[in-house]
Amino acid sequence: MSTPAAAATDFYVREEEHHAPGSSTHLGFWIYLMSDCLIFAVLFATYGVLGTSLAGGPGPRDLFDLPLVALNTTLLLISSITYGFAMLAMHAGDRRKLLQWLAVTGLFGAAFVGVELYEFSHLIHEGAGPQRSGFLSAFFALVGTHGLHVSFGILWLIVLVAQVSRHGLIAANQRRITCLSLFWHFLDLVWIGVFTFVYLLGVLR
Amino acid sequence: MATETLSPVVETSFLLGRLTWDAIPLHEPILVATFIAVALGGLALVAALSWFRLWGYLWTEWFTSVDHKRIGIMYMVLGLVMLLRGFADAIMMRLQQAWAFNGAEGYLTAHHYDQVFTAHGVIMIFFVAMPFITGMMNLVMPLQIGARDVAFPFLNNFSFWMTVGGAVITMTSLFVGEFAQTGWLAYPPLSGLDGSPYVGVDYYIWGLQVAGVGTTLSGINLIVTIIKMRCPGMTLMRMPIFTWTALCSNILIVAAFPVLTATLALLSLDRYVGTNFFTADNGGNAMMYVNLIWIWGHPEVYILVLPAFGIFSEVTATFCRKPLFGYSSMVYATVCITILSYIVWLHHFFTMGAGASVNSFFGIASMIISIPTGAKLFNWLFTMYHGRIRYELPMMWTVAFMLTFAIGGMTGVMLAVPPADFVLHNSLFLVAHFHNVIIGGVLFGLFAGIYYWWPKAFGFRLEPFWGKVSFWCWVAGFWVAFTPLYVLGLMGVTRRMRVFDDPSLQIWFLIAALGAGLIACGIAAFLVQIAVSILHRDELRDLTGDPWDGRTLEWATASPPPAYNFAFTPIVHGVDAWWDMKTRGYVRPLEGFRPIHMPKNTGSGVLLAGFSTICALALIWYIWWLAALSFLAVIATAIHHTFNYSRDFDIPAAQVAATESMRTRLLGGRA
Repeated sequence: MSTPAAAATDFYVREEEHHAPGSSTHLGFWIYLMSDCLIFAVLFATYGVLGTSLAGGPGPRDLFDLPLVALNTTLLLISSITYGFAMLAMHAGDRRKLLQWLAVTGLFGAAFVGVELYEFSHLIHEGAGPQRSGFLSAFFALVGTHGLHVSFGILWLIVLVAQVSRHGLIAANQRRITCLSLFWHFLDLVWIGVFTFVYLLGVLR
Repeated sequence: MATETLSPVVETSFLLGRLTWDAIPLHEPILVATFIAVALGGLALVAALSWFRLWGYLWTEWFTSVDHKRIGIMYMVLGLVMLLRGFADAIMMRLQQAWAFNGAEGYLTAHHYDQVFTAHGVIMIFFVAMPFITGMMNLVMPLQIGARDVAFPFLNNFSFWMTVGGAVITMTSLFVGEFAQTGWLAYPPLSGLDGSPYVGVDYYIWGLQVAGVGTTLSGINLIVTIIKMRCPGMTLMRMPIFTWTALCSNILIVAAFPVLTATLALLSLDRYVGTNFFTADNGGNAMMYVNLIWIWGHPEVYILVLPAFGIFSEVTATFCRKPLFGYSSMVYATVCITILSYIVWLHHFFTMGAGASVNSFFGIASMIISIPTGAKLFNWLFTMYHGRIRYELPMMWTVAFMLTFAIGGMTGVMLAVPPADFVLHNSLFLVAHFHNVIIGGVLFGLFAGIYYWWPKAFGFRLEPFWGKVSFWCWVAGFWVAFTPLYVLGLMGVTRRMRVFDDPSLQIWFLIAALGAGLIACGIAAFLVQIAVSILHRDELRDLTGDPWDGRTLEWATASPPPAYNFAFTPIVHGVDAWWDMKTRGYVRPLEGFRPIHMPKNTGSGVLLAGFSTICALALIWYIWWLAALSFLAVIATAIHHTFNYSRDFDIPAAQVAATESMRTRLLGGRA
C-alpha cells in the first residue's frame, strides 16, 4: 500500500485485479431465497387465517395421517444429509462420489414428492380436495407450493448431474451445486415449519 | 343505469379455448378506431424499420444487449409508450365525468368505463412508473458506483423483456376480449369467478405476474450490484444519494413483490381451480386479499418515490453548486422511510373495522413517515440556501415538486387520521391525494431525471424552449385537474362514478377536464421537444461528458459512455467523487490501457419472456395445450441457456485505446 498522501490523489485503479465471474452469485441467490421465503410467509399467514375455516368439512384431526407425514419428513431430512455428503465430495474434488450422492439425494427427493402426491390423491379421493373449504385451500396451497419447489429442485439436480458429467467440477458448476445446496436446505427448513405448524399443531387442535 | 355484460357464454373448444370471434370488440366504435390507428401506426413503424434495414441493428445492439445503459433506455421507451396509453385512459375518464350529468349517459358504457379506470391505474403504476424508475436506476446507478455493468447482466435483459411481456398482455386486452372492471387492485369477491366470469381479471393477473417476475429479479440484481460492485473507496456512506435510494427501493421490491406474486397466485387458484381463499362462502376471507395486496401495495408507492427523492437530491446539489445539505440525515431518512413503509399498509382500509387500537397503530405509523420525509424537504431547501441556483429544467421540476409534494404530503397526513379517513375513504379527495404525490413526486422526479441525465445517455441536451412549455403545461395542468377533485372529495363524491345526478357538481368536473387538456399539451410539448432536440442534436451536442458541472461519477466518463463505462475503475475519496477529482487535479489517463472483461449479448432473455407471454395468453383464454407447450418451451430454453458456459469476452486493449483517444480528440486535447 502507498502512503495516505499519495493515495489521496490516486483517482483510478491502474492494475485491475481480475474478478472471478459469478463472484456475486451467492449473495444474489441468498436474496432470491429470502424473496421465496416471503412467498412461503404469505402462504403460512394464509393458512394461519384460514386454518380454522372448515366450512362444515373435515378438519386436520380427521385428515392428517401423522405416521405418513413422519415418514415423509424423514425422507426429506435424509436427502438434506446426503446433499451435505455431496458437498463434501465436491470440496474433496471427487466427481464420481459427488454424482453418486447427488443421485441419492434426488431419489430421496422424488420419494418425498411421491408420498406427498399419494397423500394428496388420498385426500381428494375422500372428498377433502382444495375446493372443499378455506382450510383445505390453504393447506393444499402451502404444502403444494413446497412440493413444487422440491420437484423443481429435482429437475435442477438432474440438469446439474448432466453438466457435471459433461464439464466436470469447473468453477461455474461448483457455484451451481452450492446454490442448489442452499435451495435444498432452505426447502428442508420450510418443511420443518410446515410439519410443526400445519401437521403437529393441526392434530393437537 | 344501463347494465350490460358483454361476456359471451363460456364455451371452450380444445383448439382455441374460450377464444371466439365474439372476443373481438367490433361493436365498440372507439376500440375499432383505436385498433385501426394502432395497426396503421404499427405497420408504418415496421415498414420504416424494414426500409432502413434496422431490424438486425436493433436485435444485435439493443434487444439482446446486456449493457445496463441500453436496457435502461429501453425501459424508458417502454414507459413513454405506455404513458400515452395510460393518459388516453385518463382523458377518456375526465371527458365521461364532465359529460354525464342531467340524465346524459356520457359516451362510455359501464362495461367500457370500468375497464378504462382499471387499466389506467394498472398501466400508470406497473408499466409507466415502474419501467421509468427501473430504467433510471439501470442507466445511472452502475455509473454512479464506478461499475462496468450490473451483477447479473443476462438477468437484467431477461427482467426487461418480462416487463415488456406484461405490457403486451395488458395491451392485448384492448383488442381481444376485455380488461378487468374491478379497479386497479382487483378486490374479491368482485374479481372472483362469480363477479368477473370472463377474461378481464385473468388478463390483469397474468399481465402483473409476468411483469412481476421481471421486477423481482431486477430488484435482486440491483441490490447485489450496489453491495458488491462499488469501486474502491466508495464506502456505503460515500454513495451518491440516488444510489442510496436505489438500494432502498430495490430492497423494498424484493420484500414486497413476492407478496404480490403469492396473492395473485391465490386469486388465480380461486378462479382456475375453484379454491376458497377469497370467496364469500366455504370459509374464504376476502379481507385477507385486501390485507395481502396492500402489504405489497404500500411499499410499492415508496419503491416509486424513493428513487425520485434521489433524483431531486442529485439535481439540487448540482444546480446549487453545493454539496447536499445533511448527506447522512438524508441517508437515515431514506432508510427510516424504507422500514416504516412496510408497517402502514392498513391505512388503506381503516374502514374495514379492525378496531380502534389497530387503526390507531397504523394511523400513527403513517403520520410518522412525514417526519423523515419532512427532513428530506428541509435538506433540499438548505442546500438551495446560499447556493448558486441555476434554474435549468431539472431544477425547475425540483422546485415544482417541493411545492406540489408538500401539499400532497399534508393531505396524506389528513387521510392518515382514522376518523377523518372514515369521511374521506374512497372519495375523490383520496384520488386527488395520491395523484398529488405520484404526479407531484414520482413523475416530476422522473422529468427532472430525464432532463438531467438525457445528455449522459445520448450525448446531447434536450433543447429548453419546448421543455419549458411542457413544464408549465404539466404543473399548471396538474393543479387545474386535481384541485377540483379535492373539493369534490370533501363534498363526498366517491371515486369511479360513471354518471352523476347532482348538476351543481358539473362545473368542477369541467375544470378538471380542462386541467387534463393542459396536461395533454404538456405531454405533446415533451414529445415535440424530443423530436426537435434529435433534429438539432449537433447544436446541442455535449463533448465534455459533464454538461452540468456535475458532482458524481457518472459525469466522469464520456456521453454516451463507452460500453465499458470507465477505461480505468475510479478510486473514490469522499462524497461527490467527481467534484473531488475535478477540484484536486485529476488528470485523465491517456495510456496504459488494458483489455476489459465484459459480458456477451444473448437472445435467451427475449425467448424466455416471449414464451412466458404466450403461456400467459394461453392461460387467459383456457388454451391448455398451448399453455403446456409454451411452459415446456420456457423450461427447455432456460436449461439450454445454462449449458452455455462462455458468456464473457475481452474488449482488446487496442480497442479501448482507440475509443479513449477519440474522446481525447473530442475534448480538444484537454485531459
